[in-house]
Amino acid sequence: MIVVIDYGINNSSSVARMIQKVGGSVKIATFPEDLDGASKIVLPGVGHFDEGIKLLNDSGFSDSIKNCVLRLKMPILGICLGMQLFCESSEEGTRKGLGLIPGKVLHLSDTSREDLKIPHMGWNTLEITRPNRLLNDCSDEQRFYFVHSYYVQLRSPELSIASTTYGAKFCSAFEVDNIFGVQFHPEKSHRFGINLMSNFVDL
Amino acid sequence: MLKHRVIPTLLIQNGDLIKTSKFKNAEYIGDPVNAIKIFNEKEVDELIVLDVSKSKEKLEPDYDLIEEFAGECFMPLTYGGGIKTLEQAGRIFRLGVEKICINSLCFRDVSTIKSMVKKFGSQSIVASIDVKKTLFGRYKLYDSSSSCSYDAKFLENHLQQLLHVGVGEIMLGSIDKDGTLSGPDLNIIKKVSEKIRIPLISIGGVSSLEDIKNSVLAGASAVAAGAFFVFHGKRRAVLITYPSYQELEALLN
Repeated sequence: MIVVIDYGINNSSSVARMIQKVGGSVKIATFPEDLDGASKIVLPGVGHFDEGIKLLNDSGFSDSIKNCVLRLKMPILGICLGMQLFCESSEEGTRKGLGLIPGKVLHLSDTSREDLKIPHMGWNTLEITRPNRLLNDCSDEQRFYFVHSYYVQLRSPELSIASTTYGAKFCSAFEVDNIFGVQFHPEKSHRFGINLMSNFVDL
Repeated sequence: MLKHRVIPTLLIQNGDLIKTSKFKNAEYIGDPVNAIKIFNEKEVDELIVLDVSKSKEKLEPDYDLIEEFAGECFMPLTYGGGIKTLEQAGRIFRLGVEKICINSLCFRDVSTIKSMVKKFGSQSIVASIDVKKTLFGRYKLYDSSSSCSYDAKFLENHLQQLLHVGVGEIMLGSIDKDGTLSGPDLNIIKKVSEKIRIPLISIGGVSSLEDIKNSVLAGASAVAAGAFFVFHGKRRAVLITYPSYQELEALLN
């Protein structure tokens, strides 16, 4: 059972729909108790870093997630803000993140040229940087839908599995043991997202 | 990457897919869910669905229908029509819609738009404005929910107010061009795009890939079109089409 966490500011239904589409069994969790019986977790997210982490902390999800991921080694996929919340901190706010991976979240203006509009909104491509379990390394160009103003900077850049260029290169996906994060929206990226979600479901 | 998005825009009236001409003469096209399925298969960049029956008659959005649309979209979906409150917006986002498009609310309740931006983020709020060209070549702002029009000065203030509350994108519709397949009004695209730093979605008049390219050159970040993607040939036979990614890449990069 894949559990998609709904903490009030995300598009959990789109994500759940895509998991169903690729044949996974899925449940949307609105309380930490709903994580009972989960084999994998997806943390989607749209919105502000501080508001996201506050909602996770106040609802008790943060502790449950840490328990499942760090102690039980359950696979987790963070999408967009979900990926950013895995980090230790963000320039978008002052609160501490979940701290599941060593890294911080920075504003895109640090990497972008001035003439680029922020948020980075629209379709962009990935450069796969190392073999991994999430993204197929095929010769075809894979494109995904992005909407974000901040990006993840890993303390160990070699943990990144794909990079994307918008002004400058940034990490658009990582895999650290059982922890996966993607900056783009696989649930809104046609067959490319379907492939990725299917790989996660089949882990 | 593709720096510019090309967005089919579907109009809904009482559950039917329709197409207007200059905002009038609604023509029945078919079943919206079927059209959305086809656009999904064609891997469109994004999709905009506007329920025109809701704003005119001041009705509540049709949530069941919106949920059905969202269920077919494995690409970003924007919904517009009848959204007046923060609660309605929240309900629509929970159904799996990425962005909402507001038009008549922009004339009536800017503070609610401000709250929407704060709660859901500017990236999820698209403000649409419709303009009409007068006989003397001036532009007027048109409010289709009340059928009122306002002068160029009001248009300028209206736009500044929307930018001030922090909407994420402006969708600029050209009423004289709607459904006519006669080419976009590049002049107004240029004028408005020069005034804003957020993405501009232009709509109205697109009849060819060349028109899409020209809209981008005039300053549009994204180009939306209705008739161009649903009609085929001089007799306006209904045929849903969308250029391939390779075609768009060659056209826009």
